[in-house]
Amino acid sequence: MGILEVKNVGKRFGGLQALSDVNLSVAENTVHAIIGPNGAGKSTLLNCLIGKLIPDTGSVSFDGQSVLGRKPFEICQMGISRVFQTPEIFGDLTVMENMMIPGFAKRDGAFELNPMQRLLAQKDVIAHAEHALEDMGLADKRHMNAASMSRGDKRRLEIAMCLSQDPRLLLLDEPTAGMARADTNNTIDLLKRIKDERDITIAIIEHDMHVVFSLAERITVLAQGTPLVEDTPDNIKGHPKVREAYLGETQEVA
Amino acid sequence: MLGLNAKDMSLLIVVAILTMCAPLILNPFPADSAMAQFNAGYPDLMQKFVIFGIFAIGFNILFGLTGYLSFGHAAFLGVGSYSCVWMFKLLGYNVLPGIALSVVTSGLFALLIGLITLRRSGIYFSILTLAFAQMSFALAYSVLSNPKFNLTNGETGLQVYANDPQWFHNSERLPDLPHIFGLSMRATQKVSVGGWEFQFNTGYYLCAFIMLICFYLAIRIFRSPFGMMLRAVKSNQQRMNYTGLNSRPYTLAAFVISGMYAGLAGGLLSAVDPLAGAERMQWTASGEVVLMTILGGAGTLIGPVLGAGLIKYFENIFSKINDNVLHGWFSFLPDGMEDLMVTLIHPFVGKGWHLTLGIIFMLVVTFLPGGLVEGGQRIGRMLSRKKSKEADSPASTEPAE
Ligand SMILES: Nc1ncnc2c1ncn2[C@@H]1O[C@H](COP(=O)(O)OP(=O)(O)OP(=O)(O)O)[C@@H](O)[C@H]1O
Ligand SMILES: [Mg+2]
Repeated sequence: MGILEVKNVGKRFGGLQALSDVNLSVAENTVHAIIGPNGAGKSTLLNCLIGKLIPDTGSVSFDGQSVLGRKPFEICQMGISRVFQTPEIFGDLTVMENMMIPGFAKRDGAFELNPMQRLLAQKDVIAHAEHALEDMGLADKRHMNAASMSRGDKRRLEIAMCLSQDPRLLLLDEPTAGMARADTNNTIDLLKRIKDERDITIAIIEHDMHVVFSLAERITVLAQGTPLVEDTPDNIKGHPKVREAYLGETQEVA
Repeated sequence: MLGLNAKDMSLLIVVAILTMCAPLILNPFPADSAMAQFNAGYPDLMQKFVIFGIFAIGFNILFGLTGYLSFGHAAFLGVGSYSCVWMFKLLGYNVLPGIALSVVTSGLFALLIGLITLRRSGIYFSILTLAFAQMSFALAYSVLSNPKFNLTNGETGLQVYANDPQWFHNSERLPDLPHIFGLSMRATQKVSVGGWEFQFNTGYYLCAFIMLICFYLAIRIFRSPFGMMLRAVKSNQQRMNYTGLNSRPYTLAAFVISGMYAGLAGGLLSAVDPLAGAERMQWTASGEVVLMTILGGAGTLIGPVLGAGLIKYFENIFSKINDNVLHGWFSFLPDGMEDLMVTLIHPFVGKGWHLTLGIIFMLVVTFLPGGLVEGGQRIGRMLSRKKSKEADSPASTEPAE
């Protein structure tokens, strides 16, 4: 059984069946890519995993425990971190502060009343954040306001924030969109290295096939809210249904 | 020192010196000069400066850091005022039990209201707090004031009567007025130097000392991990929740802390003048603290204190300038000109002081969104740029504090 088990998940928005009968099993310590055309329901699926949306039907479990009915912060504390399709960072805070927040969430849990402690005295969290920024090549931007960074840098900051929490499952929603080619390659290398060093499972949504085929061990193709095929990268490459789906010609899915 | 970095420490020291010397600084004009009416160094007004300073410092911890705009903080001010007077009625005129109780009751009251109102954010939160404050006002004004159960004494206001128990009061040794260990709040030492007159008042110095403690605690909160989390709430609450942090208790803690600051301010208002009326809970009073904070600079350390000072100065000084005073100022002009000047200025002073304040508020919000503090920073930057024209870029990335 995989670390993440999605069973028969369905989600409807008004008249639109965004997800129907989604079954997905992500094996521990693998990189699992989810690809599919625009509007296929990929982001919606991730939303159902982290408590942003509650699916109408089906079940989602992480490490044998159901995540449905839990609040987003509880699900994150279980070990699931997510990078969003549009960068979600703390724009008014400095890059360094952005990095420290997940550090505190990891060290102190969901809430800690410490109004008389000094931020600058939290040496462990600061050192951890510094290290993570260096890893991501953002160290020289640490005093910048996060909002004033380029889109690619915001993305990399968000990835670094999620990684610094040492999650067991990392969900990446188009992590390299808006990045320069060099940064994309750096990000691929970083993710590969993280994968080798830690026990981490990664589910990645990506349109950039270079990224997908560099990282993924398994690929699920999602079209019109339903998984079309799931297979190894090599088998997916030549799959006729995949080509169809990407050309948007699928009317009937068997 | 005291767990502050050098910059914050010097700010605290400057504020401490200014508050301690306020009776001198605020009376720059000789007592019998025409400008004497601009002197603000009399006890009643100086007390208001520091008490409303405390109110605004606390409000800023909620609004400035988390962005949650409460329109009902006057309710906590009122609760604090009533609590303090009740201590006078039951125990005696020493102000310390009253001040302590005002902090405790307003904190509990804020916990209750916060638990309900913080379920919503944005405009809905603001409306909910406003509704609760107006309910509290109604309770204080009428409901909780009936012959069987008289908690607030309604329209008249809560005050000490001769037949109150005052268990620990001893009229022979202690003044029949609020005091601290026998030293009356109203005790004022007047010092005349040349044409100048300075007033050193016990009540003011007690309130000023408490304000300094409050200011120090606020700096510590701003510089703590907790304070950073409150800024994170304002910046991106969603991201915070998806990062494994529960934003609700953070906002609740900020709400309760700011409620306690408000209650403390209310208690001090009663300590310097032992009469608590329901009008302190009116929505206008809630709105006033919002204005103070925004005018001075929300989210900055010193801004709310400046805003409180400015508004109280206008309320008390500009409102006293009437036509007679204006005629006095312009009597050197020919008659026609004199009348013209008086007619022109008349709407902006006296009862029209709100108009002047409104204009200042609009100007500040439009041109200095960061409030008076931003104005000060701009001037500072301009001066330093002039000083070192050749030196490289003056843009510092220091946060605006
Ligand atoms: N909150 C919502 N309310 C209504 N409709 C929604 C909502 N979220 C998504 N949808 C719709 O559901 C469908 C799936 O959207 P989703 O964002 O999951 O697609 P996606 O596969 O992530 O596409 P993309 O590659 O463009 O990111 C789309 O048609 C979208 O318009
Ligand atoms: Mg998407």
